[in-house]
Amino acid sequence: MEPELFKYIWRHSRKDQIGILILVLISMPFYFLSLDLPKSIINKAVSSEVFSDPAATLPFMQFELPYGEAIFGHPVTLFEGFMLTQLPLLLALCLSFLSLVLINGVFKFVINTLKGRLGERMLRRLRYELTDRILRFPVLHSRKIKQAEIATMIKDEVEPLGGFIGDAFVTPVFLGGQALTAMIFIMVQSWWLGLVAMSIVLVQAFLIPRLRKRILTLGRQRQMTARALAGRVAELVEGAIEIQSHDTTNYERAEISSRLGKIFSIRYEIYQRKFFVKFLNNLLAQVTPFIFYLGGGYLVITGQFEIGTLVAVLAAYKDLPPPVKDLINWDQQRNDVQIKYEQVAEQFQPHGLILSEMQQAEKERGDPLTGKVEISNLSLVDENENRLLDTINVSFGVGQNVAIVGNAGSGKEYLGLMLANLVQPSNGSVKIGGKPLVKLPSAITGRRLSYVGQDAYLFPLSVRDNLFYGLRNWMLNDNTAEPIDPKEIERERSEALRTGNTVLSPNGEWIDYKVAGIADQTQLISRVVDVLQKVDLEEDVYRFGLSGTVDAEYRPEIAESILGARIALKEHLKVIGAEDLVIAFDPESYNKNATLRENLLFGTPRKNDYAGDNLLSMPILREAVQKAELREPILNMGVSIARTMVELFTGLPPTHPFFEQFSFISADDLPDFDKIVKRVDKSGLSDLTEADRQALMYLPFDYVEARHRLGLVTEEVERKTLAARVILAEKLVTKDPDAVEFYDPDRFNSAASLQDNILFGRLAYGRAEAAETIGRVITELLDELGLRSDVIEVGLDYNVGVGGKRLSGVQRQKLAMARSLIKNPDLLIFNEAAAVLDSQSQNRLIPAVIQSQGDRGLVWTLQRAELAAHFDQVFVMQNGRIVESGAYSELSTKGKVLKSLIAAE
Amino acid sequence: MSIEQEVEALKNIPLFANIEPSRLKLMAFASERLVFKQGQELFHQGDAGDAAYILIDGDADVSVDTDDGALVVANFGKNDFVGEIAILCDVPRTATITAKSELITLKITKELFFNMVMDFPEMGVEVMRVLAQRLEHTTSRLTEARNALREKGAS
Repeated sequence: MEPELFKYIWRHSRKDQIGILILVLISMPFYFLSLDLPKSIINKAVSSEVFSDPAATLPFMQFELPYGEAIFGHPVTLFEGFMLTQLPLLLALCLSFLSLVLINGVFKFVINTLKGRLGERMLRRLRYELTDRILRFPVLHSRKIKQAEIATMIKDEVEPLGGFIGDAFVTPVFLGGQALTAMIFIMVQSWWLGLVAMSIVLVQAFLIPRLRKRILTLGRQRQMTARALAGRVAELVEGAIEIQSHDTTNYERAEISSRLGKIFSIRYEIYQRKFFVKFLNNLLAQVTPFIFYLGGGYLVITGQFEIGTLVAVLAAYKDLPPPVKDLINWDQQRNDVQIKYEQVAEQFQPHGLILSEMQQAEKERGDPLTGKVEISNLSLVDENENRLLDTINVSFGVGQNVAIVGNAGSGKEYLGLMLANLVQPSNGSVKIGGKPLVKLPSAITGRRLSYVGQDAYLFPLSVRDNLFYGLRNWMLNDNTAEPIDPKEIERERSEALRTGNTVLSPNGEWIDYKVAGIADQTQLISRVVDVLQKVDLEEDVYRFGLSGTVDAEYRPEIAESILGARIALKEHLKVIGAEDLVIAFDPESYNKNATLRENLLFGTPRKNDYAGDNLLSMPILREAVQKAELREPILNMGVSIARTMVELFTGLPPTHPFFEQFSFISADDLPDFDKIVKRVDKSGLSDLTEADRQALMYLPFDYVEARHRLGLVTEEVERKTLAARVILAEKLVTKDPDAVEFYDPDRFNSAASLQDNILFGRLAYGRAEAAETIGRVITELLDELGLRSDVIEVGLDYNVGVGGKRLSGVQRQKLAMARSLIKNPDLLIFNEAAAVLDSQSQNRLIPAVIQSQGDRGLVWTLQRAELAAHFDQVFVMQNGRIVESGAYSELSTKGKVLKSLIAAE
Repeated sequence: MSIEQEVEALKNIPLFANIEPSRLKLMAFASERLVFKQGQELFHQGDAGDAAYILIDGDADVSVDTDDGALVVANFGKNDFVGEIAILCDVPRTATITAKSELITLKITKELFFNMVMDFPEMGVEVMRVLAQRLEHTTSRLTEARNALREKGAS
């Protein structure tokens, strides 16, 4: 990266900068004319004495050389102009004023737009370049940096650069030109006064930057401290569990406070110094006229100088300070962004940055890896001179399966990283098929090789997208889903090229299914299932599928099959005498195993307004309840619930877990409800305030008769609820038809999960092993009907969450391993990838992966030495060296290190 | 069956006989009513114990696994409290309980049980009393058995 901002700007935008400069120069005469014109309107057209004679005329558009009289002693007329009488002259002058205003406006608009575009383009280029560098960071460096800091740099710190870049060259040239003109003019008038003015400017130019030096240092500190603050704030979020569980919030507060204090004092000092510089600047600017008045006045009095000349010099000097001041401001801004740029640039040149040629976009996967993996004299030394790996010399066939075992500090992890070309050796080399790994482009090392570490990252996408992530090496086809205007595409393309960005579209077709052995879409699911089974994740994805939803409109065949399963389940339960385990949704009856809410809505909400407690505040529900005369029964239910809760929970400490688990009323609200119940007991429902009624009516909506067993769902409640259900449905269909997907025995419910669709009812409360039995029956049934793969297909759409946090640690690793396996790599490296799995699972997993790789290679660094028994060849490491190698049977004999490692487990 | 009936059932259980009805109601409310069909197991010998059961209605067999298959060693019925040993001292289930007819139970999870005992010490005392009685009962039966054995050996 260019170390200096100006070189960077010049290199990438010189043509545009010059273009804008020329445009600015062209606009200048118009600008000066517009300044001059108002004077002409007043002096000539309105109040000129010439027009005491109505027939008199004055020239219009006469053009004289600026400062002509002062320089040459007489006005120099460049254009004689048209002779006009007073009113036409006024009209002509005003019209030309108007057109000048227009022209200037247009110039300003165009110039500003061009500057803005230029700045934004440079910003895009810079951000792209920085991101490109992040993609080329060596992984050991990436481990050390704080994400929040690096993100702040790309997002915020380079932002002011965009605004400055447009002015980077235009402003100094323009303002400098102005200042120079005024200076030369003064010089022409009086050599001495010119020298005085010049020397003051020189003092300014010399003094100010020196005073600014400290400001620059402070500016740098300000940036560093602010960046560190961003990093710390991110830590507070990431470490929330640790902070709260160790009660260190006050320490963290103190730490943040001290940082903010430091930032404050830096910023405050910057202000003080900045305004001092400003003060000095103003002072110097005013000193010059003082000297002019004194010195010039003396010269005039002593007759060495004409008074007219002094006036002209003073007038010219008036034009000098503003551009100088603006120049100084520009310089300050320049310093500011220069610091920002340098600081950012410095952070993005880590030692060992991967060459961009290595990652060059390539369509081809490169030749298959064959021959031998030869590791010779391989050493790795960290920055503290620790020998992580020490002169390792081994070789094995690419197609072999190899285990690397050793204790935590043995260096096996680094060997794994180096085999995947993720860490560069300090010494020695890794060669595959005779070619050094470091010389191979990422098109080979990232596609022919595959690597999974012990804490693999998942992207916040669906299971499917994560699984196929490793196949997105190259854009195969630019067939963006939505049709876009070809002109628009061309525009975006040329803009990307202009700013050094890639022109590949992320919306194109990227996934190379052929690499995964999927020739067409019909084979996709079976291949996915195959890989998921290898890593023992198929069952999990099946579960995701059961709790996932499908839109019947897009996948009618799945919806149809699931409807079939619903019917089959009902029949099957009847056959095994378990039909009482599921209480089906029946439009004609109240389901005592469901909540009152569900019985009323009788459907799955699509809109959030109708979900949870939101539903209760919907006017549409209130109207339906009112109309069905259900208000009073619900209120009575509320009173009963409140009474029971008061009876049961009064006297328990407010933090008691029972409140959370069982109570309808929180510990805080219990006293209020106690009062309400007492009031009801005393004088009946009529005395309740509207607020009390509201509070009571919220209680019964989560009430499930079969579960809570308070005997509140009477025949009246059932009847009126059914009536309200019908009214509500009618209202919803007319007023908000997309809000709710109603339960319909004969229709697939696109808003409900597959499981709920199959079940179409609620599990009966209080039936022993109901959930287990139903789960088993559904699984058997889906297998029988051949729907398992459909469910898995739905499960593939499950979003794994940020960093895969919606999966368990074990599931994450399994998905990461599947992601590598599906690529069919020539050499697969698992670097303690299965460490989170228990031994039994690892014992199942390892043979499955070995079998899946077939005659392709596998290197597995193992946490448990015992597991090496599955592999053809075993390397045993200690203190960065390989101390034993050979077959497991040879090494697991007495006296061998492997034997002792196994014994230690 | 509503919660009031369950409270009535609980009152009839010696373990809970001396406990305030409102506490029993809380326990009933917080526990799950679970119905087992004839032949269904409440739990199996050797399983980890996570809950005890109060039998509200119906009969159950207690059996132990032997080399010759399950051997029924006792019967439980209405108002019996079963499975408490496994949740009190964290040992695997010592026997298998099978529903002999349709069996209505209240499932008291380990967590619920300890919460109740902790919050209402009178319940703890009651549990202690019942266990002590059982121990006394077991000891005397052991003595009887020893005497019987000795007599058998002597004869």
